[in-house]
Formats: sequence, structure tokens, C-alpha cells
Amino acid sequence: MSIEQSQHELDPTLSDDRGGRNIERAGQWQLAWWKFKRHKLAVAGGIVVILIYLVAAFAEFLAPYGPGDYSARYTYAPPQPLNIWNGESLGLFVNGYSVKVNPDSLAREFVIDPEIVIPVGLFVEGAPYKMWGLFESNIHLIGPLDASDPMYLWGADRLGRDMLSRVIHGARISMTIGLVGVGMSLFLGILLGGISGYYGGQVDNFIQRLIEFLLAIPTIPLWMGLAAAIPPTLSPIQVYFMITVILSLVGWTGLARVIRGRFMAIKNEDFVTAARLDGTSELGIMMRHMAPSFASHIIASVTLAIPAMILAETALSFLGIGLRPPVVSWGVLLQEAQNIRSVALAPWLLVPGAAVIITVLALNFLGDGLRDAADPYSD
Amino acid sequence: MLHYVIKRVLYMIPTMIAISIVAFLLIQLPPGDFVTSLAAQMSAQGDSVDPTTLAMLRRQYGLDQPIWVQYWIWISNIVFHGDFGRSFDFDVPVSDLLWARLGLTFVLAFTALVFTWLVALPVGIYSAVRKYSVGDYVATFLSFVGLAVPNFLLALVLMYIALQLFGVSIDGLYSAQYANAPWSWEKFLDLAQHLVVPVIVLASSGIAALVRIMRANLLDELFKPYVTTARAKGLSEWRLIAKYPVRAALNPFVSTIGWTLPELVSGATVTAIVLNLPTTGPLLLRALIAQDVYLAGAMILMLSVLTVIGTLISDLLLAWLDPRIRYR
Repeated sequence: MSIEQSQHELDPTLSDDRGGRNIERAGQWQLAWWKFKRHKLAVAGGIVVILIYLVAAFAEFLAPYGPGDYSARYTYAPPQPLNIWNGESLGLFVNGYSVKVNPDSLAREFVIDPEIVIPVGLFVEGAPYKMWGLFESNIHLIGPLDASDPMYLWGADRLGRDMLSRVIHGARISMTIGLVGVGMSLFLGILLGGISGYYGGQVDNFIQRLIEFLLAIPTIPLWMGLAAAIPPTLSPIQVYFMITVILSLVGWTGLARVIRGRFMAIKNEDFVTAARLDGTSELGIMMRHMAPSFASHIIASVTLAIPAMILAETALSFLGIGLRPPVVSWGVLLQEAQNIRSVALAPWLLVPGAAVIITVLALNFLGDGLRDAADPYSD
Repeated sequence: MLHYVIKRVLYMIPTMIAISIVAFLLIQLPPGDFVTSLAAQMSAQGDSVDPTTLAMLRRQYGLDQPIWVQYWIWISNIVFHGDFGRSFDFDVPVSDLLWARLGLTFVLAFTALVFTWLVALPVGIYSAVRKYSVGDYVATFLSFVGLAVPNFLLALVLMYIALQLFGVSIDGLYSAQYANAPWSWEKFLDLAQHLVVPVIVLASSGIAALVRIMRANLLDELFKPYVTTARAKGLSEWRLIAKYPVRAALNPFVSTIGWTLPELVSGATVTAIVLNLPTTGPLLLRALIAQDVYLAGAMILMLSVLTVIGTLISDLLLAWLDPRIRYR
């Protein structure tokens, strides 16, 4: 690239500037970025993904309560709308609950009582927490001014735990399990896909048969079998690690196929031959010369692989053989919604599902845009 | 063609052997065995556990043998006698439990596959021919959503809607009054009604993926010279599209049976648990949790075999459609 650049500088006819964008002089990444920016849906998806990761990073501060805080007085309390205008002055508040007996089922139900006003503030003091296990604090972004008042913006579950806080805390596990799992798949995928594509022949044949075999086993029964084998005595962290290993066991196959295809496509290009004739080591050729030319494709494939991991974790935890309480992930939260009668009673139990769908959609749009942008020379 | 068929069928044998080994290892993975959990169950109920009885039980079920011996006993009984062993949990032969449920799983997966094609094909064609129209945008958006919604969540939401709007519970396979009734037209209709939601749920992600594939493939074909030629000769537009480019774009429909089937079987597992259908899914989950090894192993084995056979059928169909594959 440096040779190209100096050539451009020597030749003044090449450096015509089109609206501030010098297409001839822009590098691959610059071109890809320009192409990506044209894809509005992908940019929107990217922004949403960044926001969700920020929420996951600052969960303790953003959530009004801790993930396990419960209040037996408010089981299945419905969501309270957040108001800013009380008829006279501006100010955040929610309405409290009053208990009513349902005339049909004779069950006690909470109804929102417009008479009761619970003032709500920003940056209020609430339950103490330790941010990232480092700083102690008790400041929450939003919460009732009097900590003893109830505030359930997205409703409460069976034990009177705040759904909003639990969804925010669940983001941390659900979002990182995708990243860690894909990281592991990527390692295996680059290693085995790279070997397969670079050397070809018998090695390639063997790895391809292995991939075909893994793809032939229905994944959910396979995962169920493996997940059921996790001993119940393991700590939550160990279970988390086991689940990511199980998910990447199948996840690497797709990435390996992409990487193999890219290796096959460019292994006979002139610049690879030139590097080989220069005496570069094989690892050097792969890492220094070949990998950069398809890194953008790999980034796109990785982005598209994360949603599959998130969906898989959600399904396994939902079935009760993935992550287990007290760990909070979106799948674990959805376990509460397993019984259709509790869903009919408290439809807000499905909110974690909405979080899953939004995340997966955003990642899919982002990945789609990245895939188009990965090949900036195509049009 | 015959040469290809024989080669393809022979290729299946090592895959089947590998699958049976994986299925067997999978059920051997949990620490302890069935007798351990039986002993735990007995002592929880306050019964005294006699070690000699346990040892006898282990010997009776062959659990004291080395693992490869156990594998050989297991697989040779299946292959030569059709004997899948005995379910410890239900105390009946595994094959009694297996076949009825496997049949229903197959019916469900197959119906979902047909439904997937019936919807995805016309929508994909429309989406490509009327590119960037309102309909195309709607189809594209819906297919993205379809890919993002987990099967079990869609099932839950549909169940919730049915309960709220119509006041009916749509789980299970029959309404209460038909559960033990003899077969009749009414019972069949009742069954069909109960199958609607599972089929829609199962087909959703497949439809979404196939619409995208069909659209992309057809867009590649639509602007080729042979289409222009046919149009210049005065063929009506829809007949022309159906006759030439659609046929060329159809290949992926056949070749995707290979991966649609494992996905359908996977999806059917979770969906069936949510919708409480008597397919393999709920039984597999229960067997895995109870360490009912022969039952779990037989089910994982049969689901995988079903998938391999599906892939075989798709490969053979593809070879029949496309001569280039036969002679490669």
C-alpha cells in the first residue's frame, strides 16, 4: 500500500478529489467504511448493538434494583407508565398500586391507582452495588425518591422482582456469551478452516467430512445431550464456560467454511506467490499477507454468527438445561414464561423475549451491511 | 445415475457409525449412571439401599462392562434385533415409546417443510420480480424478523394470543374430548387444527431464510440474455418467469432439504416442549434429565439418522435434477 501511495503522490493526475473523498487513494478499510455508511439499516443496527453493549457494561448503574432484589408484597405487579406531568407541574412520577379482588377468579390483583403518586428521580440513591467489582456506589440512573416505594416500570415477576432491572442485568450474560462463544468458534474456525484451505488434499478432505458430520447432527438434541451432561455441582461461572464451549462446538463449522473458501480463493494470487518466493514462512504468509485481505469478510461472518449463539443460549436456558438461576440471562428470565398460565396473568414476562429479538435483528442488519461493505471493490 | 446412488449410499455408512458413537458417548457423559440416580431416588424416599442389589442391577444392565463392550452390546442389539434396550424411567421397551413419537415428529417436520416451500416460493419470486416494491420491503422485513424470533418464543406468543382472543388453549395434540376417542373425521379435523400453530412456528425461520435465498438467486437469473430472448419472442411475462428463470433458481430449494431438515428437527424439539406435543422433544428432555440412557441415546440416534436420510434424499433429488452433479 505504501508503494501505491507514493505512486499517487508522484502522479498528480491520480489525486483528483471528488467531494472530499479521494476514491483512488482510499485504502480498503476506508472504502469499506464509506460503503457501510450508505447502508442505513446496517448503521442503525450498529448503533443499537453499541447501545445494548453499553447497557450491559453499565448494568448496575442503569438498573433501578439489583437482579435478585425481591419484594413479596408486589408479586406480578403490572408495569407502571412513567409520567412527567401531574397536571400542575413537571416532574417524574409513577402511580402506586392498590389491590383489587377479581370478581371472576377471586384472585388478588394489582391495579394502578392514579391517586397514589410516587415521585421518581434521576441519579437517586438505592441498593448499594460494586461497579465491575471495583467501585462501591449506590447511585442508580432512575429510581423512586423514597426507596421503600414500589417502582416497576416493566412490571414484576413471581417473586416481585423488577423485570426492567433483570432484563438489564441479563444483557450482560446474554451479550457476552455470544462474544465469548464466537471468539472460541473463530479460533477453531481460523485454525481448521485455514489448514483446510491452505493445504488442501487429504487434510482438507478430512476436515470437510468432519464439518459435514457435525452439521448432520440436529443441533438442539446434540446441545441438549451435552448440556444435560454438565454436572449440577459446578459453579455458575463454570456452567457459563461449559455452555460457551458446547455452543462453539457446532459454531466453528460455519466460520471454518467461510475461511476455507477465502483461503482457496486467494492462495494462488500473485502477491502470495511473491511472498512465498521471498522466503516468507508459511505462518507469515497466512497471517501477514493473506489474513488482512479477507479480515473484513471474517468480521462480517463473526457478526452474523453472534445472533445464532444468543438464540441458542436462550433456547437452552429456557428449557432449563443451560444457565441456571441465580445467574440472570434472557433465557433464564424466559423460563418464568414457560407456563402459559403465568404468561396470561403477566404478559410482561415476555419482555426478555423482545430484548432477544431486537438484539438479534440489530446484529443481523449490522452483519448484512458489513458483508456488503466487506467487498468494497464489487461495484 | 445408479453409480452415483450407490456411491452416495455407501458414503452414508461411516457417517451412521460415527453418529451412533457420538450418540452413545453423549449419553455416557453425565457422571454416574442410571443405578446411581435410582439409588439417590430410593434413599431420598427413605428406603435403605443395599450395595449388593445395586451391583446386581449394574451387572444385569451391563453397566459394569468397559465402555466399548457396552457400546457393542447396545448397537448390535439395535442393528440385528431392532432392540433399543429398556427405558429405566418408564420401565417399558424403548421401541414402544420411540416409534409413535418419531412418526409424529416426522409428520410435523414434513408438513412444516411443505408449508415452508408453499409460502417461500411465491413470496421469493414476487420479491425478486417486484424488487424494491412495497411488497418486497414487507417480505424482506418479515423475513428478517422471522430469522430473529426464536421458535419457542413465537409459540408462546401465539399460545398467548389464542388464549386471550379465542379463550382456547392450543397446546397438546387433541382437545380433551378426542384424546381417547376412536379415529373419526371430527378427530382428524381436531388434530389438523392443533397442528396449525406448530407448523407455522416451525416453518417461520425456514420460510424467512428461503425467501432470501430465492430472491437472491432469481435476481441473478432475471437479467440473463435468455430471459430477454424469451421476452422478445413475445412470451407473456409470468409464464416466461415461471418457465425459465424460476426453474434455474429452484436448485437451492432442493439442496436446502439437507440443512432444513436438521433445523426442523431441532426446532421441533423445543417447540414441542413449549406446545406440549407428544413428539420426541419433551421425551428427550425428560430422558436426558432422568439419565434414562437407552431412551435418550435411541432418540438422539434416530433423530440424527432421520437427518442423514433427509440429506441423502436431497442429494439424490439434486442429482436427478441437475446432471452436472451426477458426473462430477
